[in-house]
Amino acid sequence: MELILTPAEQKFRDEVREFLAANVPEDIKRKTMTGYRLSKEEHVSWQKTLYEKGWIAPSWPVEHGGTDWTPMQKHIFQEECASAGAPPVLAFGVVMVAPVILKFGTQKQKDYYLPRILRSDDWWCQGYSEPGSGSDLASLRTKAVLNGDHYIVNGQKTWTTMAQHANMMFCLTRTDDSGKRQEGITFLLIDMDQPGVTVQPITTIDGSQEINNVFLEDVKVPVENRVGEEGKGWTYAKYLLGHERTSIAAVGRSKAQLARLRDIAKVEQQDGRPLIEDEAFQKKLAEIEIDLLALESLVLRVLSDESAGKGPGPEASFLKIRGTEVQQGITELLVEAIGNYAHPYVPEAMQTGWNEDPIGPEYAASIAPHYFNWRKASIYGGSNEIQKNIIAKAVLGL
Amino acid sequence: MSFAFNDDQKLLAESADRFILDDYAFETRRKIMAMEGGFSREIWSQFAELGWLALPIPEAHGGLGGSTVDTAVLMECLGRGLVVEPYLAAVVLGAGAVAEAGSDAQKNGILPGVAEGTTLLAFAHVEPKARFNLNHVETRAAKDGAGYALTGAKAVVHNAESADTLIVSARTSGSVTDADGVTLFLIDRAAAGVTLRSYPTIDGLRASEVMLDGVKVGADAVLGEVGKAMPAVEAVADRASVLLCAEAAGAMDAAVKLTVEYMKTRVQFGRPIGEFQVLQHRAVEMLGAKEFSRALTYRAAGVVDGANPRERARAVSAAKVEMGRAGRKIGQDGVQLHGGMGMTDDMAVGHYFKRLTMIDVMFGNADHHMRRFARLA
Repeated sequence: MELILTPAEQKFRDEVREFLAANVPEDIKRKTMTGYRLSKEEHVSWQKTLYEKGWIAPSWPVEHGGTDWTPMQKHIFQEECASAGAPPVLAFGVVMVAPVILKFGTQKQKDYYLPRILRSDDWWCQGYSEPGSGSDLASLRTKAVLNGDHYIVNGQKTWTTMAQHANMMFCLTRTDDSGKRQEGITFLLIDMDQPGVTVQPITTIDGSQEINNVFLEDVKVPVENRVGEEGKGWTYAKYLLGHERTSIAAVGRSKAQLARLRDIAKVEQQDGRPLIEDEAFQKKLAEIEIDLLALESLVLRVLSDESAGKGPGPEASFLKIRGTEVQQGITELLVEAIGNYAHPYVPEAMQTGWNEDPIGPEYAASIAPHYFNWRKASIYGGSNEIQKNIIAKAVLGL
Repeated sequence: MSFAFNDDQKLLAESADRFILDDYAFETRRKIMAMEGGFSREIWSQFAELGWLALPIPEAHGGLGGSTVDTAVLMECLGRGLVVEPYLAAVVLGAGAVAEAGSDAQKNGILPGVAEGTTLLAFAHVEPKARFNLNHVETRAAKDGAGYALTGAKAVVHNAESADTLIVSARTSGSVTDADGVTLFLIDRAAAGVTLRSYPTIDGLRASEVMLDGVKVGADAVLGEVGKAMPAVEAVADRASVLLCAEAAGAMDAAVKLTVEYMKTRVQFGRPIGEFQVLQHRAVEMLGAKEFSRALTYRAAGVVDGANPRERARAVSAAKVEMGRAGRKIGQDGVQLHGGMGMTDDMAVGHYFKRLTMIDVMFGNADHHMRRFARLA
């Protein structure tokens, strides 16, 4: 089922498609499609290309460097980027911290950080979770104590994605623990390039190292790096998570992965016939495709509400749940598709500069690691159980 | 059909569980995986001393003549410890194939060494394009004087690099997926023309792609009857499948226990997360999945030795389907209930998840065995 586009939307799609075809480098495209890791330089280089075109932050207000695109145009853009194998723009800057700065930041913060985010001058990471505070984020204990014109921050953040590349962290800290837990939290922007910040990688079950522990020891943060009011950080954090959920749905990427799954299932042979002709496999493919169509429909609805001035409500939690279920379902079917070649674990094959022959089909190397890695999706950004709690409370009033 | 362990089986389970507990901690396993060949020769010798390697080998050939249920009891314990030693490759598949197809001379020549831990075997049957079709054998064995010359490729051969002898299937007649015309050969791993490309597997084992380029063998290398190997291959694969289900039962048991333990100690919102009913139900479903899978596995193990091939195939396929589903559920939910911690390499639950996922793939995933079960109805 294709989206029905107006002539203007078709023209827009063609323009995006043409741009991507001319500008996504071939090796980046191949890596993105097969789930290989990109270097920091590769990410930044692609984001700068988008910046120069003016397409790095479509959802921002035009006056700050965004676009005047309709929700449908934004959706088309995402979908085209994914199907062209363009690396996803890292969410931490453009999608996560920027909306908070835009809404709650000072003029000085806007003037300084927003252009830097557009140009990918800073690499942001998210300092939310702590060892004792995962689903129960409001219990966080990283302490920020005001000392003249600085906060002194002490504590530990964890699961910090790509902190190894980051020079800035937006961080939830506790400035008061006398009242309600949610009321003593302060939102700080922390410069990572300073003494007292230690980043320690965590190896995940797929063998990769993209998440980290971040230790903060007497880290100095100027008061001017506080966003909004002291003690109101929880409100800002919730605002941010609402924004994250529409992007976490990743409809375009799932469409592209589903197309890749189909391609692989056409090549894989089962008893002398392509796997894609197997009825049980077809049924599973169809189920995921329908789940994805329903997801896309709800995403478009939420995006229209947003453009009509209604921020994403708690219903956005459904997008996170369904989005990650679809992504994980596709990774699971990819493992099924490659049969015995799910076994070999050759992480070097996923690195730049590996020139040996693949073991089994070339597309197989990243599939099982990615399946295991992507189990994180139903855990991060508020686990899917927490999303259901949010809906139960905020939507159903239970 | 008995559903209770006999005294010997109880003793075996106790001693194997004790071994895992005392000598095969998660951190020990990590060190063992880094050893040459991906396992510990010392522990392999211990297995021999304990009589585990002799367990399924016929008494007439240096073994203990244990049943498939006996071996399942052991495999379940090995699964609980995520043991990486090549029990499946060398004993279940390798010795199993020799016992199933070999002449008395071959059995006498090979099996005592396996039981003593001095001979290692690997079973090189699956091919790159075979997927789960056991009949798919492209490797050719052409007549070469009195013997044969083998050319072809074998895929994901577990523990081939440490094996002394490879048991290789090759086509002596017929076309690629014919059931007739497949012959088993005993091939020295170091023979001229045998090339291995070895690698770690995602669940912590070692495997190889095995290339055969005009490998010359004598007529005495033929294991069993020329052109008639498939019934033996199927019997070996079925027994290995049900034993993998037993290994999975142990892995599932451990994963469920670890998860429940974590739920009792991890505090969020001021109480252990195990107090949240929605999570309790998840854990209960995991436990149930394990119990059903384990029960069906032992039932299938009980019929493997005596049943006709059709009954055997249905029993094994049913167990493999149930295991595939249960393993997926327990692996995925085990990680989910551990939260971010479940994603880390430091926690055992993710390693059980990976092993369970790969056991599903071995000798055909749940979909494959569902089709097979239905076809044989």
